[in-house]
Amino acid sequence: MSAVTLQDIVKRFGNFTAVHRTTLEIPEGAFLTLLGPSGCGKTTNLRMIAGLLDPSEGEILIGGKRVNDVPIHKRNLGLVFQNYALFPHKNVAENVAFGLKYRDVPKSEIAGKVQAALELVQLPNVGDRYPKELSGGQQQRIALARAIVIEPDVLLLDEPLSALDANLREDMRVELKRIQERIGVTTVFVTHDQSEALAMSDLIVVMSEGRVEQVGKPEEVYNTPASEFVANFLGASNIMAAKCTDHGAVVMLEEPTFGRVQVPAAKAPNLTGTGAAKLVVRAEKLLLARDPAPEGVVSVPATVETVDYQGQAVRYFVRAGEAQLQAINMIDEHPFAAGDSVHLHLRPQDCAALPG
Amino acid sequence: MGWQAIRAWTVLVYGFMFLPVAVVVLLSFNANQFGSFPMTGMSLRWFEELWNNDAVMRAFRTSIVLGLMTAVISTTLGILASLALVRYNVPGRNAITTLLIAPILVPEVVLAVALLLFLNWLGLSKSFALLLAGHVIFTLPFVILVVQARLVSIKRDVEEAALSLGASPVQTFFAVTLPLMLPAVAAGALFAFTISFDDITGTLFWKPGGVETVPTQIFSMLRNSISPEINALGTVMIVMTVGLPLLGAAVARKLAMKGGS
Repeated sequence: MSAVTLQDIVKRFGNFTAVHRTTLEIPEGAFLTLLGPSGCGKTTNLRMIAGLLDPSEGEILIGGKRVNDVPIHKRNLGLVFQNYALFPHKNVAENVAFGLKYRDVPKSEIAGKVQAALELVQLPNVGDRYPKELSGGQQQRIALARAIVIEPDVLLLDEPLSALDANLREDMRVELKRIQERIGVTTVFVTHDQSEALAMSDLIVVMSEGRVEQVGKPEEVYNTPASEFVANFLGASNIMAAKCTDHGAVVMLEEPTFGRVQVPAAKAPNLTGTGAAKLVVRAEKLLLARDPAPEGVVSVPATVETVDYQGQAVRYFVRAGEAQLQAINMIDEHPFAAGDSVHLHLRPQDCAALPG
Repeated sequence: MGWQAIRAWTVLVYGFMFLPVAVVVLLSFNANQFGSFPMTGMSLRWFEELWNNDAVMRAFRTSIVLGLMTAVISTTLGILASLALVRYNVPGRNAITTLLIAPILVPEVVLAVALLLFLNWLGLSKSFALLLAGHVIFTLPFVILVVQARLVSIKRDVEEAALSLGASPVQTFFAVTLPLMLPAVAAGALFAFTISFDDITGTLFWKPGGVETVPTQIFSMLRNSISPEINALGTVMIVMTVGLPLLGAAVARKLAMKGGS
């Protein structure tokens, strides 16, 4: 049974529709990420699950029960915000104990539960400090402890890592995932950061302009994007107009730059027949080399135009015939320089196809 | 040269403003039976006479009771109004804010007469309740301005966190919102008290016969004679209206240091 169900949910603000008709099932114990750019409706969905917003249409079910008319404080949810939202006038222990006071937890057990939660987030010794005496990362851990100590049915995380600096964010990402797996709570995570989504999620829901673009496991969403938006939002992709000439056991695409490319049928799930199509080539899958490729790999001569050096990797903009393409390659020794003549190597199985 | 002139001018302005007050305070300790220079010695006899003057003590009690009631009612209404205006999407929010703030923009005499006319139209006579109502109307804008400013700076997130943890909206208000805006509430209450305690224009219009507050008492005493008692009463007033806000500010700073935000 799903822990949370959104059934035909619509949310309007006046004339503006923030969430178009959406149906979504969140499996018990899953770590589900709502991913998309700002304004895509991901936070609106989270706030409707939380009970901070009422849907204009549709039903929300938590644990199989309709909760549209249940106010937030009766939904038993853990909520973590981008800006921590700790109570500044209460110390850490009082912050964590806050939710327990409104539940039937005997007074004698509160201290123990608070300490266990603080240990889970690896901050066992800060109970008597005030939030402003803690760093951002520590405050967010306390916010997490406060949310999970009440043993919520669903944990809702609204961009919890966005306010932290880059290094800390990656540590917290691992930490957050570890804690979630340890307690096994169904989690809905909202982010605009694709690497967070790919690293942490069991399921990713990619959203754009109030609509769900794709739902899938991280590798599905990454390798087999269901739309141009998804292909471009998760990493960089080259998307080219092509023609599908054979749609059977194999899917054959003809494209001006790469010629005939045989895409695995599994990577063209939305392509229904021959005709106009789009060839999707991930920037990371397009390799630059000095020599032409061996048999079975598509090889096209090209010229390097721009080199964007990023340390472990480099991003090239290359021109192949009419097309300008981008490629992101790991660096062995020295990157190619602008003006170099190279060969682009592309394995057909790394391509995906979309309807034209 | 230019700076010297500005400095001298500043001293003159402050002298002009505060010298009369200083003279009143100084003369209140004068042993002479005429409230004027030269002073003939230091004495607390005028304060003693105040203490034994029934009319003054009655006025003092009236002022304190009126001030406290004004502070409690104004602060309560001010908090509720601020909550509604800041946290809820009330239709005509701007118009309501302007209306609530208006009493400090309208000349006090106009406000005083208007309330009396309104009372007349209702067919009611002057009473302590009317006096109280007048003071509440007059002090409410100060409370709203201070509390609203504070409430805007309290993030909605914090209240939403409390709600998500199982606190009802009312419990959230008392456990989170109110403690966080306490410095502003205290400041608003102090404003309301001192303004009510100090007020004379409106009070002269609204007070029922026989009821005197300290300012109206001083006023009526001045009409008869210039007794040094008035200097002593003035000194007490100054100590209360200057001292209370200073004390309040110190307490608020202490609270802010402890809780902080």
